[in-house]
Order: sequence, then C-alpha cells, then structure tokens
Amino acid sequence: MTVWEEVRAFLTDPATWSGPDSIPARLWEHLWISVVAVVIAAILVLPLAVWLGHIRRGSGVASTVVNIGRALPSFGILAISFLILVQLGAGVGEPWAVLVALIALAAPPLFTNTVTGIQSVEASTVEAARGMGLTGKEVLSRVEIPLSTPLVVEGLRIATVQVIATATLGALVAWGGLGRYIVDGFARQDMGRLIVGAVLVGLLAVLAELGLGALQRASAPKGARRGDIGNPAQRSTV
Amino acid sequence: MTLVGQSTPLIDWDWVGRNLDQIVDRTWQHLGLTAISVLLGLVISVGLAVVALRWRWTYPPITWVTGLLYTIPSLALFALLVPIVGLNATNAVIALTSYTLLIIIRNLVAGIDGVPASVMEAADGMGYTRQGRFWRMEVPLALPAIIAGLRIATVTTVGLVTVTAVLGLGGYGFFILRGLNTFFWTQILVGVVLSVVLATLLDVGFIWLERLLSPWARRGR
Repeated sequence: MTVWEEVRAFLTDPATWSGPDSIPARLWEHLWISVVAVVIAAILVLPLAVWLGHIRRGSGVASTVVNIGRALPSFGILAISFLILVQLGAGVGEPWAVLVALIALAAPPLFTNTVTGIQSVEASTVEAARGMGLTGKEVLSRVEIPLSTPLVVEGLRIATVQVIATATLGALVAWGGLGRYIVDGFARQDMGRLIVGAVLVGLLAVLAELGLGALQRASAPKGARRGDIGNPAQRSTV
Repeated sequence: MTLVGQSTPLIDWDWVGRNLDQIVDRTWQHLGLTAISVLLGLVISVGLAVVALRWRWTYPPITWVTGLLYTIPSLALFALLVPIVGLNATNAVIALTSYTLLIIIRNLVAGIDGVPASVMEAADGMGYTRQGRFWRMEVPLALPAIIAGLRIATVTTVGLVTVTAVLGLGGYGFFILRGLNTFFWTQILVGVVLSVVLATLLDVGFIWLERLLSPWARRGR
C-alpha cells in the first residue's frame, strides 16, 4: 500500500470517527489538557510576575528561569513528572503526570514575559502617570498592564505552543491525546495513523501560533501600536 | 530515597556501573546528532542570512517559513519525514537541523545589523573593500550575537535529541524511553540528568569560545 492508500484506509475506518480512540476524542483530550495547563500556570504565575514587574525586581530571576528551562528537555520533564506521580500513587494512563509537566512548562514563558513586559514600560511614562496623580495601583492597572499586554500575550503564545507540542509526548508516558496516533503509528508500523496524527498535531500547533500571534498584535493599546513599547523579547535573543 | 513499598533504591548504581559502555555509546550518539544538526543548521543559516542581508525583502518570508518549521512539534516532524526518508538518522538530522534555523538566522542578521554605522564608515575610510569590511569588521563584531544563537540552538537541540528515541536513536533519550516502558526509574533519571549535564557543559563551552574569539571585548571591560 502506498502512503496515500494507508492514510485513506485510516480515515475511512469507522473507529477513526467514533469511540475512545477516534479523532474527536483524541483532539478533545489534547485540547482540554493544553487549555487547563496554561490556565493553571497563568493563575499560579501571573500575580507574582505582575507584582515583581511593578516593583521593578525579578529580571535576574526571569533570566535564570529562561536558562534553566532551556537545558531541561520537555521529554525529560514529562518523564520525571510521570516518575514522581506514579510514586505518589497516580495510576498509569491517568492525565496527572502530563498535566503537571505541562503546567511546569507553561509557567516560565508566562513569568518571564510578564516581568519583562511590565518592566519595559519606560520609567518616564510611569513618572508622568504619577505626576498626573495616579496611585501605585492605578499606575499598574491603567498604564503598566495595558502597555505590557502584547508581551504577556506573547508569553501566552509561547507557552501554549510549547504545551501543545509537549502534550504530544504524553503518549510516551501512557496517556492519550493526538500523540497517541503518532506513537501507535510508529509501534504498529501503521503509516496512515502516523501521518494523520502528525498532520493534526502540526496543524493544531501552527493554528495556535498564528491565532495567538494575531491576538498579540491586536492587544497593543491604540496609542502604543507603533513599537513604542519596545520589543525586549527580540532584543533578549541577541 | 527508596521506592514506596519496594526495597530497590531510586538510583541503582550497580546498573550504572554495569552499563557504562552503553552510556558512553549513547553519549557519542547524543553529541553526534547534536553536532551534525547544529553545524548543518549553521551552514544553511549563513546562506539564508547572506540572502536576507543582500535582499532585504527576503528576510520576513525567511523568518516566517523557519518560524513555522520551529512551531511543528518534533514528534510530528519525525513522523512526517518517515514516508520521505524513512526511520533513520537522516530523518532525525533533517528535523533537528530545521529547528536550529530560526534561532541562528535571527542572531546572524541581528548581529550584523547591530554593527554601528560609524564602524562601517571608518572601515570604508581605511580603504576596506566591501568583502574585506564584511569579513574583517562586521563578522567579528557580530560574533557575540552569532555565538549566542549557536548556544541557544545547541542547548535546544540537546533536549530535542532525546525525542529521537522514537526513531530508535535518542542518545540519552533512549534510556528515558526504555525506563518509561519498563518502569525502571534509574534509566529515566540517568537519561534526564545526563542530558541536562550535556546541555550545560556545551553551554559553558560556548561561553569560553566567545571569550576566545573576541579578546577585544575583555580588554574593554
């Protein structure tokens, strides 16, 4: 069978469209775990990051987080999370290990982008706001947070894309999601399953990247769309 | 630390001792896959960066395409390459190389762009040809940025190599996958820890390389 025939065979199999191993079921698993992980990470991390940014501290912590995060492979984080949760009594095949790993992976980009985003608001802008009589809280809610929103959304984009990618590896620790098709495709030498799974995962990641990228551009306050908020994210890559 | 309800320790040092040969083999595999992918990535990126610097309008599409490649999860890219190149090291190297492109190109272009106009004018005034100026002024001054890109690409690649275990390769990732399938914690820990150590060592190596290649930066400080 050619690859196309195998893909067609997989797509015309009734089990592909209904039941626990169907595309809708796997897509749903992949989506809910990704959204829940990003939301929990945001709830855990954003208040601290906003506060640290506001008092203009924590950029050292932010860069340390980035460096450590890069050296730890996401597959490794997932494996260690699985190891610890099974030790703690979680069942194999349950989503907890994957969820914990995804939260751990989503937190660093959200944290660093929020801290640097709020700190990148010009000191002169903050002084002007204070001069106009705004209190510390008002400066935060009406100046710093709106001006840093594009960077926070960028953090959200990076976190989400990474979470979607790593959720794919969940199949390697006995969980489901769309990665199941790829891992099973490799194991069973089922080319149709493998290719369909890979295309779905790739599409999901690219859609999240493009969608949140558009949101990022739209999230800049009207007065600040021409790059006057700076772009520390690009600068930091150099 | 011991397993709950079991007498075997979390790290079985005997296993480590018995399998040193295999650990050494996997180290070479991990290093080899990383080195080939980053070097190939550098070569392709230099080509694309030269194009982007010469014809400015090509830069946005180049970063857009390499950015999309960067977005595709590694497991999916390995899978998509199977019908084209099969289940082998070529597959792994193509995927790993494609992930390095965005990082290296961005730093190459930003590095060259970051050379102050006054330096270029001084070079012109000293009689440098365009090529001479590029190789003897712009490239050395851009080195810190270029090496920063190689550092990030290398550390990222070391992490991604672990996933190539699904292709039967994996370097240290082989131990992680094996450990997961057999519930043998020692193998998982050995795989993860060695992978982090390798990434950190290479990271430090690049810091040294940068110092070595840009002695003028030290003198100034």
